[in-house]
Amino acid sequence: MSLTPDRPSVPGSTGGTGVPLLRATGLRKAFGELEVLKGVDLQVRRGKVLVLIGPSGSGKTTVLRSLNALTPPDSGVIELDGDRVDFGADVAPRARAAERARLRDASGMVFQHYNLFPHKTVLENVIEGPVVVQRRPRDAAIADAEALLARVGLESKRDVYPFQLSGGQQQRVGIVRALALKPKLLLFDEPTSALDPEIVGDVLSIMSELAHEDWTMVVVTHELSFAREVADEVAFLDGGVVVERGAPADLFTAPREPRTREFLNRLLRPLD
Amino acid sequence: MDWQLAWDSLGPIVRGAVLGTVPLALISFALGLVLALGIALARISKVRVLSAAARFVISVVRGTPLLVQLFVIFYGLPSLGLTIPPWPSAVIAFSINVGGYGAEIIRAAILSVPAGQWEAGYTVSMSRSLTLRRIILPQAARVSVPPLSNTFISLVKDTSLASLILVTELFREAQKIAAFSQEFMLLYIEAAVVYWVICLGLSAVQGRLEKRLDRYVAHT
Ligand SMILES: Nc1ncnc2c1ncn2[C@@H]1O[C@H](COP(=O)(O)OP(=O)(O)OP(=O)(O)O)[C@@H](O)[C@H]1O
Ligand SMILES: [Mg+2]
Repeated sequence: MSLTPDRPSVPGSTGGTGVPLLRATGLRKAFGELEVLKGVDLQVRRGKVLVLIGPSGSGKTTVLRSLNALTPPDSGVIELDGDRVDFGADVAPRARAAERARLRDASGMVFQHYNLFPHKTVLENVIEGPVVVQRRPRDAAIADAEALLARVGLESKRDVYPFQLSGGQQQRVGIVRALALKPKLLLFDEPTSALDPEIVGDVLSIMSELAHEDWTMVVVTHELSFAREVADEVAFLDGGVVVERGAPADLFTAPREPRTREFLNRLLRPLD
Repeated sequence: MDWQLAWDSLGPIVRGAVLGTVPLALISFALGLVLALGIALARISKVRVLSAAARFVISVVRGTPLLVQLFVIFYGLPSLGLTIPPWPSAVIAFSINVGGYGAEIIRAAILSVPAGQWEAGYTVSMSRSLTLRRIILPQAARVSVPPLSNTFISLVKDTSLASLILVTELFREAQKIAAFSQEFMLLYIEAAVVYWVICLGLSAVQGRLEKRLDRYVAHT
């Protein structure tokens, strides 16, 4: 099985004019008194990669978790492949739960700390969603899982438990677990931040392969070289809003906003 | 020391253990665990009434002596027209007791599973109940084995209270022989030794169980 998403490629998806697969409008979220998101707008076209950067505490994780309703925003609209959820609307709890479930089902998520299921083997981790939730035949799910594991070089680890794996291996399983659900959208929250420097590259190269295979991805990362090479668009988040966004070539070389410039300077020359 | 009496009384005492103490503890523990899981789930439920009810039950069970609970059921209920024989009375009292203490253990174990596990369940499209059942409870089970084992060992010893509502078990056998022979020290020490041996065996089983389950837990 290839890593390519299981759907016809959309004409125009490589051009600049396709309809967005994901559009988030006016996302707001407060934790008690703390207003974390103050109206965030984002779009990602099918097959494209959006990288979110920003200082610690700027709300990157919160944005990402809004997109699959893991942390539902207080208000704002999320449209994902034609499915529209208005979080500001007054909706019965049951209907809201159903909306959140639809968003979750449409996306896969890779966590900073992997969050693999410790009591399940690598294979069981990967087939849990496909077999138990999506009710796909077990044999087919296993065959797909094995192929995906082979793609990330972990075919020999299918029957071991997560604690027997290195961080880099665990994160690759995390990615495979997300892919196995064949989601429309892949969300990554600092997938390499917990890894030793020498294995960061392995995980990033798998992610850039996915990007080239037409997966639609939203990635929070501090790896600017990854953003520069793989992102179709970079959004800089600060103070609860998207301060600036653009193609990586533009945003990194000629940021328009002073805040972006300051952030990039600090990130590129951390010792100053 | 009357060795002959010690030997002769061992038969009835061990029979009391095998026919009384052990099955009483096992049955009460099994029922109690089911109750405990139910109370624990009610306690963490988002439905206010459920969690309040669970908190109330836990509070009453933990805040009143087991002996009093036993007496209320066996000697108290008949005055309300509800007479329950000794054995079932004991089973009811002990299961409720395990239910109360076990609920707090299971609740704590569920809460000890990192939030990331719930989230990982959700992101592989599982519902809350499916995540609870397939992801959270298996991990919580491992965490709750040591404290639940301790609960079970306490229960084995607490079943001696059933002698006070006329259940034939280890301690009541010892009491009967002691009253008859007037050898109180001998018989009560003998009963203590038998309890101790049972608990030693249980501790050994607990150790092995923990070791076996250990293989499936994150070693972070
Ligand atoms: N569940 C929560 N309850 C209360 N406050 C929260 C919660 N989640 C996040 N916050 C707060 O919201 C703000 C934004 O958090 P968020 O995790 O989105 O930032 P981030 O940009 O991902 O930061 P980092 O780069 O450190 O991961 C922070 O001040 C954080 O403390
Ligand atoms: Mg974050």
